[in-house]
Amino acid sequence: MQKYFAGNADVAVIGAGHAGIEAALASARLGAKTLIFTINMDAVGNCPCNPSIGGTAKGHLVREIDALGGEMGKTADKSFLQMRMLNRGKGPAVHSLRAQIDRTKYARIMKHKLELQDNLELRQAEIVSVENDKDAQYPWKLSTQMGAVFSVKKVIIATGTYLGGRIFIGEVSYEGGPDGTFAATELGKSLKELGLPLRRFKTGTPARVLRRSIDFSCLEAQQGDVPPEPFSFETEDLGENKVKCHISWTNEKTKQIILDNIHRSPLYGGAIEGVGPRYCPSLEDKIVRFKDKERHQLFIEPCGLDTEEMYLQGMSSSLPEEVQLKFYHTIKGLENAVIMRPAYAIEYDCVDPLSLSATLEFKDFAGLYGAGQFNGSSGYEEAAAQGLIAGINAALSVLGREPLILDRSTSYIGTLIDDLITKGANEPYRMMTSRSEYRLILRQDNADKRLTPIGYEIGLISRARYEKFLKKQDEIEKEIYRAEHSTLSPSDKLNAILVSRETSPVTTGVSIADLLRRPQISYADLTEVDTNRPNLHRSVFEEAQIEIKYAGYIKKQLDRVEQVERMREKSLPTDIDYKEITGLRLEAQEKLNRIKPINIAQASRISGVSPADISVLIIWLSREK
Amino acid sequence: MKENTIAAISSAQGEGGISVIRISGQDAIEVASRVFSAMSGKSLTQYEGYRAAYGKILENDEVLDEAVAIVYRAPLSYTGENVVELCCHGGLFVTRQVLRVVLSKGAVLAEPGEFTKRAFLNGKMDLLEAQSVMNIISAQNRQAVRCANSVREGKLSKKIISLKDTLVNLAAHLSAWADYPEEDIPEVTDTALLSDLKHAKSELSKLVSDFDKGKAVTKGVDTVIVGKPNVGKSTLMNLLAGMEKSIVTEIPGTTRDVVEETVIVGDVVLRLSDTAGIRETDNPVERIGVLKAKEKLSTGSLILAVFDLSTEFTSEDKELVDLLCDIPTVAILNKTDLSKSFDDSYIKENIKSVVYLSAKEGDGREELENALISTLGTADFNPSEGILSSERERQAVINAVNALTDAENTLTFGFSLDAVTVCIEEAIEVLLTLTGENISDEIVDKVFHNFCLGK
Repeated sequence: MQKYFAGNADVAVIGAGHAGIEAALASARLGAKTLIFTINMDAVGNCPCNPSIGGTAKGHLVREIDALGGEMGKTADKSFLQMRMLNRGKGPAVHSLRAQIDRTKYARIMKHKLELQDNLELRQAEIVSVENDKDAQYPWKLSTQMGAVFSVKKVIIATGTYLGGRIFIGEVSYEGGPDGTFAATELGKSLKELGLPLRRFKTGTPARVLRRSIDFSCLEAQQGDVPPEPFSFETEDLGENKVKCHISWTNEKTKQIILDNIHRSPLYGGAIEGVGPRYCPSLEDKIVRFKDKERHQLFIEPCGLDTEEMYLQGMSSSLPEEVQLKFYHTIKGLENAVIMRPAYAIEYDCVDPLSLSATLEFKDFAGLYGAGQFNGSSGYEEAAAQGLIAGINAALSVLGREPLILDRSTSYIGTLIDDLITKGANEPYRMMTSRSEYRLILRQDNADKRLTPIGYEIGLISRARYEKFLKKQDEIEKEIYRAEHSTLSPSDKLNAILVSRETSPVTTGVSIADLLRRPQISYADLTEVDTNRPNLHRSVFEEAQIEIKYAGYIKKQLDRVEQVERMREKSLPTDIDYKEITGLRLEAQEKLNRIKPINIAQASRISGVSPADISVLIIWLSREK
Repeated sequence: MKENTIAAISSAQGEGGISVIRISGQDAIEVASRVFSAMSGKSLTQYEGYRAAYGKILENDEVLDEAVAIVYRAPLSYTGENVVELCCHGGLFVTRQVLRVVLSKGAVLAEPGEFTKRAFLNGKMDLLEAQSVMNIISAQNRQAVRCANSVREGKLSKKIISLKDTLVNLAAHLSAWADYPEEDIPEVTDTALLSDLKHAKSELSKLVSDFDKGKAVTKGVDTVIVGKPNVGKSTLMNLLAGMEKSIVTEIPGTTRDVVEETVIVGDVVLRLSDTAGIRETDNPVERIGVLKAKEKLSTGSLILAVFDLSTEFTSEDKELVDLLCDIPTVAILNKTDLSKSFDDSYIKENIKSVVYLSAKEGDGREELENALISTLGTADFNPSEGILSSERERQAVINAVNALTDAENTLTFGFSLDAVTVCIEEAIEVLLTLTGENISDEIVDKVFHNFCLGK
């Protein structure tokens, strides 16, 4: 085919899903001339699985993306149908916001943002090859299926499940991306030729069924929070919840149908080679692995306001369509369900994230970055978080500025990336609160405190927003001071409140903070007696209360951060051969050579590197000085 | 932030003689003053550097030992930090008690090679010495790994590991419950959680008292006797032990179990295990013995490799020699009383310490003792590692008990479960330091193993 030169750019993003969008917007906003390619203009910002954003730990990621100046939170707020703060009763560390969203509206808003963004061009094109000419001013050449050749300085690969995508439904399998799109069939070969360590992962999604074919009258409904809370620290008024979800259960009959047909599943028949995640198993997986469980729960979630498609959360499957129909029909409320889109499994190419550095740039390929599912993660939010970091770093590098690396102690984003590049991923990686050792300080309520100063310094947070942020932080600090230094007298009124909350009455004056330190007491309880309370935003009191109540636990975690900080300050060069450091054990040498940690702290997290190996490294480092 | 204060037994382990406990770090003198009461009536903190004090080591007013404390003030000490050396009157039991008291008063147990590491980092050694420091740490590291292996082997350790597993399951339940709020996860009730915590805590506390009663003490240097079948391992063991313990016959493969015996060579206590011969075998009963023998090789601190001079040097002998590089080993060429048809050159090239012996007649016994003593005295052998590893376990268990007490209090005060979880994970983490596993991976694995979750 005849090729033609189509232009230069600073940064090119391959893929316009959740990772690609954040990458392209961040890069363009920082001043890099940016291109973003999508294989299908109508699939930009698509949510081919759940019609929801956030959830446990993922809600933290969305807040963090927002705090740094990303778009996911704002767009979710604009397209939300129902908001729920999960885990309200389980403590502030695990509070997580989740939005049901109108998926087409979400995608439309995101696409429009890309279109309106200065410095950014959105193009429909399948990239078929990526070539590297290290010495050129624009070292990366991207060719499209139509023969257009773009020369760019940085490339971000965010191909999601499109790269080498293959759909499986029972005995049927074909090349394809999600939701009936084409797969990117050529690019994988080019990346392999380049030398990237590609491998196959697998994921899946349940069927969408027609709303009026469901009998909701016998199902339990799930309402949103009143009032609903937004994701974005900038969203002032969210409006009201617009939909409810419903809950149903599978039963013995469902189980029987699945077991009778298990041999027709490509997972159990051996047709799928990709590694699927344990945490989003298909229904057949759940039934085979947890034989004794009598029933499995499902949520019926609307996909939007102007569509009748309903998503069956929990019912992912790769069984043949007719079997799907049969087992869905055994479920209460779904007896007559009409499948609009069948459930399917999808297998795709992704890269071993151990080949990436903390900036998400490939260690062996300067200027080449990876983000999202391509890096071995799973989920919209995990993808967006990496896209944001890859986009920021690609642009910062073009501009000759220092890279952005978020430490584990600052954020779930930092934890996500550190886990990927230090431990690798043997299955698609999902964020969980249990992955963070700093849970009590990495809360969704204080994401702005942790990251907005960084977003401002980089240039993704406006001056106005930053000043508003500073004002809030000042208010929190003053409120904590006030609570520590205001004494409430032991009035009958106060004691009545305390007794009603099942905590002991007081005989002398007591500070507001001391009362808040009692687990049973919150600001809301003290409203009547705390007469000098200033009129501040709800979020200020929330954060002040957590900081006061959990001070002891927070301090413990901060001490730990400080300890690790000392190891973080000891940078390791990335161009050394650890085989040459005698005193390291063989296993440690091999692991260190593979991962090339950037500092002693990261090295200490590598499995197979012992404390004594770390001692050897520290001595080696000080000798090098 | 300042470095913490570390302590360890820094003299050779054994019965009798003087043993030294070294404490180093900014608070070293402060910590020592909490356990040492000088006859002069002055606190150690009032002593200048390079001064020695005679006095008593106290645990809650009870006198543990009489001792001499030597105070060094930074930077004029081995490590460049404040250092106190407590010279006790020896005895394994007393020394260990003293170390425990020191650890309970604010010091933490030193890692392998940590004193030397600090000495280097504080500029007490020149650059040329760095390499040797790294080598020392590395050797002690290998030894620590072997100790960690033997930690996994021990009966008591199995108890610790099973309690850790209980806690991991608990944490996984809490984690699944928090990370999957809408899934069908059984509720974690405060009462059930509290009773689980109490149970784990009381089991762990019981372990601490077992340690204190000395039940858990692995006394001496783990010494493993290896060799092909019928080279005379049991005879050697009996020679060393001075009594018939293993069954000695002419049929290869008679010793199937690991037999243990404690003997004193010089002033070092050796814990001997006689293993079944290392030899490829199809006999299923014997195979277990052979597997155990190879396992033992990876846990022993000292290896006595026995070869039969009356046979040919075979590829199996060579394999055994190859397995032994990196491990302190004495090669014993047995059966000098029979005619020699053995080529010992490969052994001599690869193993530093070689002894000729007739285990049956007792000829060469003295040479054997000398070889053992000199091997134990080399730089890459830390004879107190045995104590250290059991002391590490004990410290870890105590820290875990403390963390569980925090968890219990957090729960009974009525705090939310996220704070309780953090305390439980702290307990798991200290127990995991014994085996080197990663806490987040452990819990995440258990979450998906135990619960049915996802879309």
